[in-house]
Amino acid sequence: MDIALIGRIIPVFVQAAWTTVQISLLSLVLGLAVAALIASLRLSHLAVLRFFGAAYVSVFRGTPALLQIFLLYFGGPQLGIQLEPFAAGAIALGLNIAAYMAESIRGGVLSVDRGQMEAARSLGFGEGQSMRWIVLPQAAKLMIRPLGVNAVALVKGTALVATISVVELTYTAQRFIGSTYKPFEIFAVTAVLYMIMVYGLTLVIDWLDRAYAEEA
Amino acid sequence: MTDVRPMIEVRGARKFFGPLEVLKGIDFSVARGQIVAVIGPSGSGKSTLLRSINHLETLDGGEVWLDGVQVNQTLARRAFEKHINSVRQQMGMVFQHFNLFPHLSVAENIAIAPMKLKGMAKADARALALKMLDKVGLADKIDAFPARLSGGQKQRVAIARALAMQPKVMLFDEATSALDPELVDEVNLVMKQLAAEHMTMVIVTHEMRFAAEVADRVIFMADGAVVEEGKPDDLFRNPVQERTRSFLKKFLNG
Repeated sequence: MDIALIGRIIPVFVQAAWTTVQISLLSLVLGLAVAALIASLRLSHLAVLRFFGAAYVSVFRGTPALLQIFLLYFGGPQLGIQLEPFAAGAIALGLNIAAYMAESIRGGVLSVDRGQMEAARSLGFGEGQSMRWIVLPQAAKLMIRPLGVNAVALVKGTALVATISVVELTYTAQRFIGSTYKPFEIFAVTAVLYMIMVYGLTLVIDWLDRAYAEEA
Repeated sequence: MTDVRPMIEVRGARKFFGPLEVLKGIDFSVARGQIVAVIGPSGSGKSTLLRSINHLETLDGGEVWLDGVQVNQTLARRAFEKHINSVRQQMGMVFQHFNLFPHLSVAENIAIAPMKLKGMAKADARALALKMLDKVGLADKIDAFPARLSGGQKQRVAIARALAMQPKVMLFDEATSALDPELVDEVNLVMKQLAAEHMTMVIVTHEMRFAAEVADRVIFMADGAVVEEGKPDDLFRNPVQERTRSFLKKFLNG
């Protein structure tokens, strides 16, 4: 065990972990926005919109995330989409996690008792108003946990963008192993940093869950 | 009296659930200030009939009219949404399972519709909520959340919520069926009080005694059709139809 090596690499790895945090946050924001759209398609009255929503989920959940990253980064230029590795990684991961998050959102909305929508409609609220004032506030609470699970998967999934040479945590680890031949120390430090990030995220999720639970 | 048009009129109401015909052409009307109780075995279509009055169920045939306006008229989707929202504001609906909004306080449950739909100011809406709660005897619960209330209290809040929109009619869908027996009376009392105020009401119920006490007219439904209707005294004491007799007998024995 090379303790001195660990001490030396930590500043660089913390820097790399920061890149992982940034790419996670960007894909999380993109993922949530796309997921909200896809979920609303899946819950639409119009069969054609439901079809597009379902197709999106099938495609992005039904193929490897790694392949989606490759498709965008390596295949993109053929279609005139030229992206930096960081941008390609964040977008591909965001589009991928959106498929899972859309299902979490939809699940939350469908878990709200049907009587809630009926009671709102019977008072004279329109469909959108009922959704906004009555169903979504209750669904939000039910979505926090499943979306949290998606977010944790996303943070760990960012390791995939190492393959398109985004200088994040896993990529940095591989590079240092190449020059030091100490894979145990380096992967151990890397694993600890991932755990710290995931732990921080679960604290945020727990806090959100509690904040919402207290409201009612 | 003769020139007064009915408050609710249902003509030839038909409804299918898949191949099953649950309403087989129902006709009935409710005069202004009248109280009609609808009784019948489960699956007779009485709840479906009530729910189709405010279009929570869409009829496959027939018409529903509220105070001279057709409820289920044919309009483009957007126009119909607007139409039905305004019609529903004139009908209060009380559900078997209360359907209070659990994320809102009692005051907010009652105030949200007047505020969002009628543009009432927050302070006025709260005052209105208090007034309605006073009516159902729950003014002290104004800041409680639904989870803290008993079933009977929840249902009284649900009634207050419906009344806050100042509806022309009140529809009760087995309002006391989900309640513990000792909580039924407090809800029935509120409904009797509304009756005394000449609120037009349609009450779907399993409680024959209450129906007999409060209703001006009782409708007995079975298998999606009206079997018999009349004044409570006549229908309960001297039912004409065999189907009514056997239902009432079973009910009184059970």
